[in-house]
Amino acid sequence: MADHSDPNAPWKTLSGIGTSAITAALFLFFVQYLPTVASGEPVRWVIPWIPSLDINLSFWIDGLSLMFALLITGIGAMVMLYAAKYLAGHKQYDRFALYLFSFMLSMLGLVLADNLIALFVFWELTTFTSYLLIGFSHTDPKSRRNALQALLLTAAGGLALLAGFILIGVTQGTFELSELNAAGSIAGQPFYMGILILVLLGAFTKSAQVPFHFWLPNAMAAPTPVSAYLHSATMVKGGVYLLARMHPSLSGSDAWVWALSVFGAVTAVFASFMALRQTDLKQTLAYTTLMALGTLTMFLAGSTGYAITAAMTFLLVHSLYKAGLFLMIGVVDHATGTRDANLLGGLRASMPVTAAAAAAAGLAMAGIPPFLGFIAKEVAYAGALEMRLMLFVVPMALIAFALMFAVAGIVAYKPFYGPQGELPHEPHEGPWPMLLGPVVLGVLGLLFGLLPGVAAYWLIEPAVAAVMGAPDVGGRVKLWAGFNLPLLLSLITFALGFILYRVHLDLRERLARIEARAPDLDAGWDVFLDRFMAFTKLQTGLIQTGVLRQYMFATFGVFAVTVLVTLLARDVGGISLALGGLSFMEWGVALLIVAGIVLVVLTSSRIVALVGLGVVGIGVALIFIMYSAPDVAITQLLVELLVVVLLALAFLKMPQLDPSGTQSHSFANAVLAGAVGVLTTVVVLLVVDQPFDRRLSDFFEAASWTEAFGRNIVNVILVDFRTLDTFGEIAVVGVAALGAFALLKGFARARNAKGEDK
Amino acid sequence: MEALTAIVIGVLTAASVYLMLARNFMRFLFGLVLLSNAANLTIFASGRMTKGAPALVPYGEDAPIGVVGNALPQALVLTAIVIGFGLLAFTLALAFEAYRRMNSVDTDEMRFAEPKEDTSK
Amino acid sequence: MNSVIFTAAARLLVALLFVFSLFMLLRGHHLPGGGFIGGLIGAVAFIVYSLACGPAEARKALRITPEVIAMLGLGIALLAGLFAFFMGDPLFTGQWYWVGGDSYETAAFSLNSVLVFDIGVYLVVLGGILSLTYAFEEET
Repeated sequence: MADHSDPNAPWKTLSGIGTSAITAALFLFFVQYLPTVASGEPVRWVIPWIPSLDINLSFWIDGLSLMFALLITGIGAMVMLYAAKYLAGHKQYDRFALYLFSFMLSMLGLVLADNLIALFVFWELTTFTSYLLIGFSHTDPKSRRNALQALLLTAAGGLALLAGFILIGVTQGTFELSELNAAGSIAGQPFYMGILILVLLGAFTKSAQVPFHFWLPNAMAAPTPVSAYLHSATMVKGGVYLLARMHPSLSGSDAWVWALSVFGAVTAVFASFMALRQTDLKQTLAYTTLMALGTLTMFLAGSTGYAITAAMTFLLVHSLYKAGLFLMIGVVDHATGTRDANLLGGLRASMPVTAAAAAAAGLAMAGIPPFLGFIAKEVAYAGALEMRLMLFVVPMALIAFALMFAVAGIVAYKPFYGPQGELPHEPHEGPWPMLLGPVVLGVLGLLFGLLPGVAAYWLIEPAVAAVMGAPDVGGRVKLWAGFNLPLLLSLITFALGFILYRVHLDLRERLARIEARAPDLDAGWDVFLDRFMAFTKLQTGLIQTGVLRQYMFATFGVFAVTVLVTLLARDVGGISLALGGLSFMEWGVALLIVAGIVLVVLTSSRIVALVGLGVVGIGVALIFIMYSAPDVAITQLLVELLVVVLLALAFLKMPQLDPSGTQSHSFANAVLAGAVGVLTTVVVLLVVDQPFDRRLSDFFEAASWTEAFGRNIVNVILVDFRTLDTFGEIAVVGVAALGAFALLKGFARARNAKGEDK
Repeated sequence: MEALTAIVIGVLTAASVYLMLARNFMRFLFGLVLLSNAANLTIFASGRMTKGAPALVPYGEDAPIGVVGNALPQALVLTAIVIGFGLLAFTLALAFEAYRRMNSVDTDEMRFAEPKEDTSK
Repeated sequence: MNSVIFTAAARLLVALLFVFSLFMLLRGHHLPGGGFIGGLIGAVAFIVYSLACGPAEARKALRITPEVIAMLGLGIALLAGLFAFFMGDPLFTGQWYWVGGDSYETAAFSLNSVLVFDIGVYLVVLGGILSLTYAFEEET
């Protein structure tokens, strides 16, 4: 067993019972909203976040989000309690509890968020916590690889989703879901197709629709409570939730109907066959989850009352029985040490409670009356018969449900009845914290089936109303709807399912042979990732040459091109070069500077270059002196002096400017340099041509003495008006000095310590 | 004078770009010094240039008399000069330490952080 | 640089330059000068001294290591800014106190946080540049 747990280890009070208790309290908190929401009144809170961008932390409880919130907190509380026992004694249990609790909160945020941007943030948070949980057994490379695969796929979908949300915000003028849904369908508006494709990409990756399905079975590398909670009951339903949430605004087009029907149906049927093919019961359940997600997507394609009711009912019943079955498999795994369908059998005697819970969940899954699963199936057929692509949807639903019946037998019946196989451990009943979840969930599936009105009134009908965007007429969720076509289809399902169960061993072998010949998307993923890495390496090699002057060339080249394009695009007109009326002195200073520059550029002697730099510095200082900036001029002169001293000191120990082979005067460099120079001149000329705004300077001149008691305005600005800036600047000077000091002294000391210094 | 300064700035920038594209690290440093000068002059010229009237409030007055030099760009340039010096010193120390370690001032040879890929594979 | 004349002149020059740097610092609020310029002049003074007599001698004359001076200056500047905060004004607001009067005209002299801040600037510039230069002198 990979989970390294010790069933006899003591409880962790805080991380185990504490998180579970908080989650249970949250469940009760949401229960109190049931009457309000059932009466058709959504609850809304708004916390402004970035109001200028219309991004708010707004939350919204209506029928749909409340059903999800109750499932998340209710199942969450039981799963956390279960995990406390399942992973008891695991040395990283606390970490696990933290991840699981964070996930629960993120998922709650996701289903309660009213603002698209907030929803996206929570969406990505669930992706990250899911990544951490799948990779929880981080010493196992397979577990890490599967976690990364799930992260990359769902996060890529998340980015598409963000793009879609931003398009919605830009075209519709709001990010609030409540406003969007109230405005009705946006089908046919500009960018609708783009929005639809982007949102569907996000939803389909999250809810693992074919062809993005392969991450979900791999995610079963996570501990079983995680599989039950994230990868069955809650997180993977995030995509379905989004489709339901945005149903009022995004549905109503052919593209919506076709995309959801086809992807959903293909996923459902493909996954049910794959479920039958597995021998690891956890993998079987993973594929049945895929089947459920496909079915839900398929029904959300419709817009009629029965189709939406089918989706909501199936969503509820699936969360109940699938979480229960996963937890049950964990108990069996704990007790027997295996999850192999071929080995397990006859456990009923040693594990009676588990067997009863499994039976309840299995009957719900198979859709046997009087369980809620039966009603879900009836409504589903009624919904499928109403759908636009009825001739396609009904047979697909029939195949999927029949296979589901057979799989329910494999998962919930076979391990407990018949002969007991060779088991690694002698089976024993699980501890109560691990049985509580399966039992409660199984009982709920039965209770809701016996009292369908209760589930319909409090949960299903408010959710349907939320998805339809109009109050629901209700009355569809009934145990006995009379002799009608759905009932007939149900009976065919049972017959077909029973036959499939009887031949499932044979069928499994055939499926295994087909699978061996079919293209393997999972392996394709690895190939894709390898190719992608090779491409990035190639691209990095091309762009990042590691040669400084090529970087500099690219930087200055981009600068020149962008400035040139801007100048041309803005049509700045002519520039004026007013050079008249300048004195001999001014021309002299300019020529002095240019002479200094020529010296620095052309010489190959360090001393001459230093002299050239000095000349330039003094020339610039002269400009400052002539044009009323004595403080700046003094500073410039002093710094110029220090620059020369410092360079001279460093050059004492450095080589001549041009040791053989390092000359690099190239024509291309000269052209680029000339272009940057000319462009800079043009930009400066354009700037000084603009009308001048003296407001700030006028204020400083007027306030310098009267308010700050200083007559040197430059100094007053430095030490009084803009003190914080100056403080930042002297901090930079201090840090630069310390950095240079550390570079020179620190490394020298390290060298001395090693005895390497010559 | 702004026009003439603009030309001086252009020549300074061109020279500094040309020097910063050189393989020799010391030339790169010279380019950095010239670029600081060009940047300072740009800020100074954008604030307009006034001849012979420092931004001082005469004794006995509450505000400067007549048009005086724009004090704001002067304050900015003053700190920029000192920071530019700090930057230069830091870069110089970096160059010096690099030279001590790699015994070269040729930036093409300085491949410590991004070593050449083995292309034979 | 083993020049007797330079060494002898340097001692005198350093003292003059150093006094001049303090002068530039103090007059900065009303006339060209201030912490940046004063600090630069002070740094030049000690650099001249170190060129004449060697960095070891110059360090001795300075008594405190230049890195400490720089950090001390940064601390003083920060305190001058925080002082306004403790007095209930926004950070780095200049604080003025008149001694012997109630305004600039009547007071004999003033105590203000602005000058304290400028002293901080002076010390940072002085210490920062000296630590750089000494490091270069000693390591090259």
